[in-house]
Amino acid sequence: MYPAAFEVTKARTLDEALAKLADLGDDGRVLAGGQSLIPMMKLRVAAPTHLVDINEIPDLDGIKQVNGHMSVGALARHADVVRADVANHTVAAAAPWVADPVVRNRGTMCGSIAHCDPEGDWNSVMLAVRAQVVATSSSGERVIPIDEFVKDFFTNSLQEGEMVTEVRVPNYAGAGGGDYLKLERKIGDYATVAVAIHLDLAGDGTIAQAGVALTAVNHVNTRASDAEAILVGNAPSEELFAAAADAAAAAADPVSDIRGPAEYKRDVVRVFTRRGLASALAKAQD
Amino acid sequence: MTTLQEPATSPEIGGIGHSVKRQEDDRFIQGGGTYVDDVVLPNMAHMAILASPFAHAEIKSIDTAAAAAVPGVIAVVTGELLAEHNLAWMPTLSGDTQAVLATDKVRFQGQEVAAVIAEDPYVARDAVLLIDVDYEPLAPITSPQQGLEPDAPIIRTDKEDQTDNVVYDWEAGDEAATDAAFAQAVNVVELETFYPRSHPAPLETCAVVADLNPITGKATIYLTSQAPHAHRTLFALVAGLPEQNIRIISPDIGGGFGNKVPIYPGYVVATAASLLLGRPVKWVQTRTENLLTTGFARDYHMKGALALDADGRITAMRAEILSDQGAFFADAQPSKFKAGLVHICTGSYDMGAAHVKARGVYTNKAPGGVAYRCSFRVTEASYLIERLADNAAHQIGMDPAAFRMLNFIKPEQFPYESATGFVYDSGDYHTALQKVLDEVDYENLRKEQEDARAEGRYLGIGIASFTEVVGAGPSRDYDIIGLKMFDSAELRIHPTGKAILKLGVKTQGQGHETTFAQIVAEELGIPSTDIAVQEGDTDNTPYGLGTYASRSTPVGGAATAIIARKLRDKARLIAAHLLEANPDDLEWEPGRFFVKGSPDQGSTIQEIAFAAYTNHPEGMEAGLEGVHYYDPPNMTFPFGSYLVVVEVDPETGTWKVDRMVALDDCGVRINPMIVEGQIHGGLTEGFAKSNMQWLTFDEDGNCIGSNFMDYLVPTAYETPKFELLETVTPSPHHPIGAKGVGESPTVGSPAAYVNAVIDALRPFGVTTLDMPILPDRVWAAVKAAD
Ligand SMILES: Cc1cc2nc3c(=O)[nH]c(=O)nc-3n(C[C@H](O)[C@H](O)[C@H](O)COP(=O)(O)OP(=O)(O)OC[C@H]3O[C@@H](n4cnc5c(N)ncnc54)[C@H](O)[C@@H]3O)c2cc1C
Repeated sequence: MYPAAFEVTKARTLDEALAKLADLGDDGRVLAGGQSLIPMMKLRVAAPTHLVDINEIPDLDGIKQVNGHMSVGALARHADVVRADVANHTVAAAAPWVADPVVRNRGTMCGSIAHCDPEGDWNSVMLAVRAQVVATSSSGERVIPIDEFVKDFFTNSLQEGEMVTEVRVPNYAGAGGGDYLKLERKIGDYATVAVAIHLDLAGDGTIAQAGVALTAVNHVNTRASDAEAILVGNAPSEELFAAAADAAAAAADPVSDIRGPAEYKRDVVRVFTRRGLASALAKAQD
Repeated sequence: MTTLQEPATSPEIGGIGHSVKRQEDDRFIQGGGTYVDDVVLPNMAHMAILASPFAHAEIKSIDTAAAAAVPGVIAVVTGELLAEHNLAWMPTLSGDTQAVLATDKVRFQGQEVAAVIAEDPYVARDAVLLIDVDYEPLAPITSPQQGLEPDAPIIRTDKEDQTDNVVYDWEAGDEAATDAAFAQAVNVVELETFYPRSHPAPLETCAVVADLNPITGKATIYLTSQAPHAHRTLFALVAGLPEQNIRIISPDIGGGFGNKVPIYPGYVVATAASLLLGRPVKWVQTRTENLLTTGFARDYHMKGALALDADGRITAMRAEILSDQGAFFADAQPSKFKAGLVHICTGSYDMGAAHVKARGVYTNKAPGGVAYRCSFRVTEASYLIERLADNAAHQIGMDPAAFRMLNFIKPEQFPYESATGFVYDSGDYHTALQKVLDEVDYENLRKEQEDARAEGRYLGIGIASFTEVVGAGPSRDYDIIGLKMFDSAELRIHPTGKAILKLGVKTQGQGHETTFAQIVAEELGIPSTDIAVQEGDTDNTPYGLGTYASRSTPVGGAATAIIARKLRDKARLIAAHLLEANPDDLEWEPGRFFVKGSPDQGSTIQEIAFAAYTNHPEGMEAGLEGVHYYDPPNMTFPFGSYLVVVEVDPETGTWKVDRMVALDDCGVRINPMIVEGQIHGGLTEGFAKSNMQWLTFDEDGNCIGSNFMDYLVPTAYETPKFELLETVTPSPHHPIGAKGVGESPTVGSPAAYVNAVIDALRPFGVTTLDMPILPDRVWAAVKAAD
């Protein structure tokens, strides 16, 4: 597979990268792990003329606890997340499902989030846990809630000259639990269907906050708001979870393709939501 | 590692039965292999091919001006240009013709339309995109059923006598006797099933470096070729080059599986370009080109039926087949057998009559059909009968294992003539299946299955007891476009007692460099590590038909044993001369002749070899070298019994393999470790096809599966754990009793996996599912039962 001709700038510092991106405007493209961008270029689906390689920039690879959230830097690889001691159950459950071990050694969580591939796993996780994305340009920093950041099919809300430097996953307020259930055909496969589940319980055991988000069943990763609304404020029960699962399935509008008909995918959303809520609850109560 | 044989040689000699480490692995493990893409010649140009985006379209015009103007482009080649040299079409291995570069119309998506030769591969790919082709799309035919409709457009408008889309009609067996048996049947079991198209997807794609020296006229062609000698002859016939000037070098091959048996248009274009330009030209396929255009497998629509008597005995079998051949009939298979060896479909069962009817149909898909470890379509045959056997058992309320035991050909019936005309050389099917049943404690396993169902867990047990037919083949019946399917071995024992063995077959990972050295070690007592095995260079190896259809050991291995024995006969005479004894008074032990009764009076094979060049008897030719061409008296018939246990999640439709117990009987095992490696690979590929792998097309003829995101190849992660067993029933006619094993596990295992999943779902009333058993298919089958 042979990409079209392109140029690369290897940035040594964040400032250098931001200056180059500002300079290039529309022609510039960040190269992080290259695990989505390079395959697209080789298939000639993408033909950027100039890549700004951020891999040599120091101090961007951190995964750390700050001010009530987990901060994941732009160069933290999927594999780093797998290995890290992650308190958030949804993130911890999803990490080993992303791609395969080889891809995880290069691909980054922030790159995946920026990429906005509706079949990508991380944006559903981030929707469920209500993460925030930090966008940086040569003129400063913006903190963008994930719902605003994930704009459309392969489209984020970054502006020209901006790059993602960090993503923030809030800590649980109470007893928290979560899960990520993914149907894939083999390791390294994108999801046929996946569901991210997040529960934060109040002191009385009722559900204070719920996150249900869906992968690969809409043109973007989708929050199942109706399912969340059914859950919040109520005591967990099998009937409640079944009702939420039905609502989650209703939020899925998948296409019929080689991975199965739409009705099938929707039904798996239902099954996964029900199972995921049960296991998230078990973790929260553990 | 289990082995039932006691090796006759010491580990130092490393003859038959020793798991000698693979000699080739030193270079492969250290990145020292040489593949075609590693071949770099001075002044070499690079080629890229323009692929048709349409499955079926008329070519109105091709404008190459923009491509030709790209700096670095040397030439743009079209079918029109090739036609001037009579090279626009080429013969296939099935006696059909195939377009090299399309001139009139394109007949499948990905078909080769034009080529760019450039100074580097990137420029070539850039320029290819600038070739402007004006297509007039035509209605595509994407299935054989569609191709047979009365108003279907004719795909092969290039062939004068072709008035429909039928490629061939072929039959075997006795129709009248079969009808009579069915008329008397107490039960008739029927199955309609589709064995989907798949692709062997070798990790190394197909490639060529063609180097035609304009001064000497010598054509040196580095080629990913499983059959270099046959390819040399074809190049001579296609390109009109004198055969003595053609040298095919097939270096290390990164997986073949039948994908590298045919000749592909790219090879011909690169060769023609090298001839016209007087420069070496390299072409290495992209993954997409490999998946879209090269030898695929299966795409077989099958209807089968068994006639049963009151006791559940099979009295007859019927099979009706519709084969999707793609746009050109390019199966690499024996010319007498248009549908391959699918008439082995009576399998391991004794029955009085059988009838097989097969029809091949042109469609707007890539040509091919017998790649991917299928033993010339034994895979399809075995799948059909083993699915039918399970269904028959369930239909008459008998256990599937008991049903097989009742119907197996009995050991004393061998050699057994099947209803479709094969003579099975040997077998012991009852022992094989019994060993597998004992291994899993079958009765208890069935009880576990019952208990699990009571808890709402769905376990399934699937069996397949296959019979293979390999080792093509006897020259009276087997040829590929006229070339008889013998094979050859040339053995040269050097003065210092080391040897080089040259073969007409060609390894692609099977471990020939180790295995064939072990055969020589067995016969002559020369340590296997002292023997170099050379294959793939047609200037330096004897003629042979190549490696595919599990034929190397049955044919090339036999040739090796026989030439070694001939040299041993000569060695006896030399030893007699050295020992001043009568040749008849000498006795052989591995590596040494000695005088009967005086074991310390002897000559080692190394001493004899030295004497052959320094002190040979008067009146005898010097040297210790020879060549043998082996024409097998019969095919060999490996067999086995596989048992799979799966658990199905009926809510999501996913299933996983809990156990896979595989017993293979491939006769004598030369290197048990290598045999087990072959079995592991084949069982993995069988799993792939049952679980995830298929090459499918949309209604416009677009191939869904043109890269590894859509065409799935399992990794170690999803591949089940295999538990291997063996029995050894030597082939009575093969010099060392070996039978070939490369394809048995891909032939036998798919039905075992599928039978297991269906078995799990029987409580839902499911009686059939087609491969790959995708989760949505399971889900739909369960839903349909609700
Ligand atoms: C075989 C294979 C299997 C895969 N399977 C999965 C899977 O199962 N699930 C899954 O979710 N993903 C999967 N992926 C994709 C993988 O997760 C990628 O790593 C991820 O999508 C992109 O991260 P990256 O760092 O590689 O980004 P790159 O490929 O470098 O970039 C992707 C895009 O994001 C932009 N970008 C990257 N970083 C930034 C940044 N910091 N700021 C702004 N823009 C940025 C780039 O410009 C580009 O447009 C798979 C990839 C492969 C090759």
